[in-house]
Amino acid sequence: MRRFILQRIGQAALVLLVMSFVIYSLIGLMPGDPLDVMIASNPGATPEVVARLRAIYGLDQPLMYRYGHWLLAAVQGDLGFSRTHSQPVLEVLAPALWVTCKLMLASFVISVSLSLILGISAALRPGGIVDGIINLGAFAGISVPVFWLALMMILVFAVKLHLLPASGIANIDDGGFVDHLRHLIMPVATLALANTGGFTRFVRASMIETLRMDHIRTARAKGNAEGRVVLVHALRNAMIPVVTVMALSFGTLFSGALLTETMFAQPGMGKMIYDSILSNDFNLALSGLLFATLVTLLSNLAADLAYGWLDPRMSR
Amino acid sequence: MSATMMKTEAAIGVWRLRWRRFRKHRTGMISLVILAALILFVLAAYPMQWLLGIDPNAADLFSRFDPPSPGHYLGMDEAGRDVLVRLMIGGQISLLVGILATLIGGMVGVAIGISAGYFGGKVDNALMRFTDGMIALPLLPLLIVLGAIDLTKLGFSQDFARSGAAGFWRIVVIISIVDWTAIARLVRAATLQIRERDYVRAARAAGASAWYMMATHILPNIATPIIVSFTLTVGRVILSESVLSFLGFGIVPPTPSWGNMLNNAQELVTTAPALAVYPGLLIFITVIAVNFLGDGLQHAFDPRSER
Amino acid sequence: MTELLNIENISVHFPSPGGRVVRAVQDVSLSIAEGETLALVGESGSGKSTLGYTVAGLQPPTSGTLRFEGVPLTSRTWPAARRKIQIVFQDPFGALDPRMPISSTIAEPLLIQRIGTSASRMARAEELVQQVGLPRDALNRYPHEFSGGQRQRIAIARALSPNPRLIVADEPLSALDVSIQSQVLNLMKEVQEKLGLSYLFISHDLAVVNHLVDRVAVLYLGRLVEVGPREALFGKPAHPYTEALLASVPRIGRKRARNAGAIKGEMPSPLNPPTGCVFHTRCPRAQPMCSEVVPVLEAVAGQGAHQAACHFKE
Repeated sequence: MRRFILQRIGQAALVLLVMSFVIYSLIGLMPGDPLDVMIASNPGATPEVVARLRAIYGLDQPLMYRYGHWLLAAVQGDLGFSRTHSQPVLEVLAPALWVTCKLMLASFVISVSLSLILGISAALRPGGIVDGIINLGAFAGISVPVFWLALMMILVFAVKLHLLPASGIANIDDGGFVDHLRHLIMPVATLALANTGGFTRFVRASMIETLRMDHIRTARAKGNAEGRVVLVHALRNAMIPVVTVMALSFGTLFSGALLTETMFAQPGMGKMIYDSILSNDFNLALSGLLFATLVTLLSNLAADLAYGWLDPRMSR
Repeated sequence: MSATMMKTEAAIGVWRLRWRRFRKHRTGMISLVILAALILFVLAAYPMQWLLGIDPNAADLFSRFDPPSPGHYLGMDEAGRDVLVRLMIGGQISLLVGILATLIGGMVGVAIGISAGYFGGKVDNALMRFTDGMIALPLLPLLIVLGAIDLTKLGFSQDFARSGAAGFWRIVVIISIVDWTAIARLVRAATLQIRERDYVRAARAAGASAWYMMATHILPNIATPIIVSFTLTVGRVILSESVLSFLGFGIVPPTPSWGNMLNNAQELVTTAPALAVYPGLLIFITVIAVNFLGDGLQHAFDPRSER
Repeated sequence: MTELLNIENISVHFPSPGGRVVRAVQDVSLSIAEGETLALVGESGSGKSTLGYTVAGLQPPTSGTLRFEGVPLTSRTWPAARRKIQIVFQDPFGALDPRMPISSTIAEPLLIQRIGTSASRMARAEELVQQVGLPRDALNRYPHEFSGGQRQRIAIARALSPNPRLIVADEPLSALDVSIQSQVLNLMKEVQEKLGLSYLFISHDLAVVNHLVDRVAVLYLGRLVEVGPREALFGKPAHPYTEALLASVPRIGRKRARNAGAIKGEMPSPLNPPTGCVFHTRCPRAQPMCSEVVPVLEAVAGQGAHQAACHFKE
């Protein structure tokens, strides 16, 4: 087991390293370069000056060399300076991370609970009316464009009904706890709804399969109450694949968070990455993307461990 | 020697049996009808344009937000263009991107999956590690970066980089680069099963190359799971296209796509909510129909599946 | 008789999880003459199928040499030899590609070996389909339209298409109904007489073996324990394992000798074979030396062709 964990950590580190290079190269292919703002604000800059600036910033060096330099600095905790925020990247990242965590955690908890209830209800009688309705809902959940769902929520609850605020995390004149909560409702609901569909289908499939297994029949035959059979005997087994899939869905969840944050103007990681790409803030975009990758890898690692812990065959 | 031919039920043809099973899948059948109607709808752009003399890209600032009228059944958008015709043309683009990116990404996925499954061992290990790594990544930010790439830095000409064709092919290519993993995993699993069949061994004993084996024996025998997963992928690709175009990294206006028609809809949601509703609704209906179609095909192809 | 195939000190080992090694075939030497049928018998797990796969070029040996028509088979000489060695499998349902019409299936070895034109290959398929006793209109049909026995005929036709000299038949009858078995067996005999083929016939069914083969080789835990002409080996088995195998076959008109060499216990794992003679854990004649010294394959008294690997052969 220990060897397994160490192996996985090693793999994750390798993936992170490869990704950092891939992203570094891709960012370099985006329009403009790190100097264009500086040059634009100094119309008098001659080509010689520009060339000297490029040399100072190392931009005339080959890609591998620049990447090596960046990596060396990054490992020592220096991720550079965000030019749109005029702050060190880390200081921009930290508060954004907190906003995203709140959003993702709340919607994750909601969609997991919802999908468990719905998935199990559907699995009790496959092909029945309840199953049919839940299945339809789940398909709707995986088929709806998240940004459009957000737009429709805004249209209904903010524009038509004036029930909830359409954007931001708090009102300027209020900012109390209730106000914060009101601002969270729509983003969290959107993200949760978008994820519940996929989870529900998975819980349902896993549960149906488990309920067909022999030891469940035995438990029934021994006269256990149906509710007990489903909740105690079947659920534990059904959860093994479900937990893995849910933890592996972090990447999808993050993609959804990017959209909801952008739609509802939440200053989180997703919106920050999006804005930084739009405004050619290279350092911020690079660090944001790598941070998202890192957290995804960590959650996958957690999924592996959870799998090993839940499945007795693995913990030899 | 008695060699009587056995005429079994199976002899009526596996495809007819599947069609029978598919017809019993209610949502699958409904989806098929809906998709057929959608295709008619998007193709209706040509007769509409011709009959009513509408130029879908010509702005007319005097008819901004005009309400529905004869000749412009859904009214005009923020630039005074006919909404209905733009929805039809946008649908063509979205469906075309969905199908093309699925085919290209699907080919990548099939190639990777079949190689991993057929060769096994180290090849399998390396390819599947790569695939798993890809699956776990947060793909949307990655797609955005790919969408933001400056094509002139890759050596394309200015003219090409700004053209509508570049916008179209760029999104097809970047989605195919990212969305092949599900197909690869499925194809690998199916290949592993077929690889151990005796008819594959017989061909190997006769000295067949790996290429021959994959093309002749493995690919035809894993066609059914490939069809199902391609269908489901089309749905996902249409969603990805709409997201990217919506965020401004996909199909570039004035060419419409369902995604970029929602581009300005957010600011306009108070003044012209209908403009925000139609394209999204069409995306939603298309994707849900495609997903149900995939579900129906899966049911029809897998004799063991009960519902 | 000239020798067609020589199996010289062939071993086949597989890696198994945990870094251990499965010794599926261990140092086996055998030969097959032109027109001869050699049976390879043993329980499941004896390594007989693995050895068959090695001969058919599906499983490279870990060590040892295969010599075909006197030429050692290496990666250079294999391609040319492949058309002369063909294989027929046990399960007729898995042996034919369900998506391929019978004509293409039969002609496939020719296509792979790039022999003839597409027209000549089809002509060959037509000829073969009649030779194995199927109607001509079978050519354009698909496998699911045929019964197990008919499929096995098709598999035989495929094996015959490149004019092979040797066919490895891996339990070709055991998946068929008893009434069909004899038909397919007769077909195999018929084509052998007509074409002068050799068979490596892998089977656990000694009754079938008795009808077809010239010589018998007995494998146990990957080792060759006895080999000899059919009459000699069946009439007077020298190895206690062969004796036990024969005793387990019920025969009409012969009373079963009570407990005569009945095999006790189960076959040990090939992951961890017994020391010395591999059979000593189950052998009625076992002596202390059997667990220490590996017996060599030696001629049974008075007969050159009949050999057994036992310290106490009868």
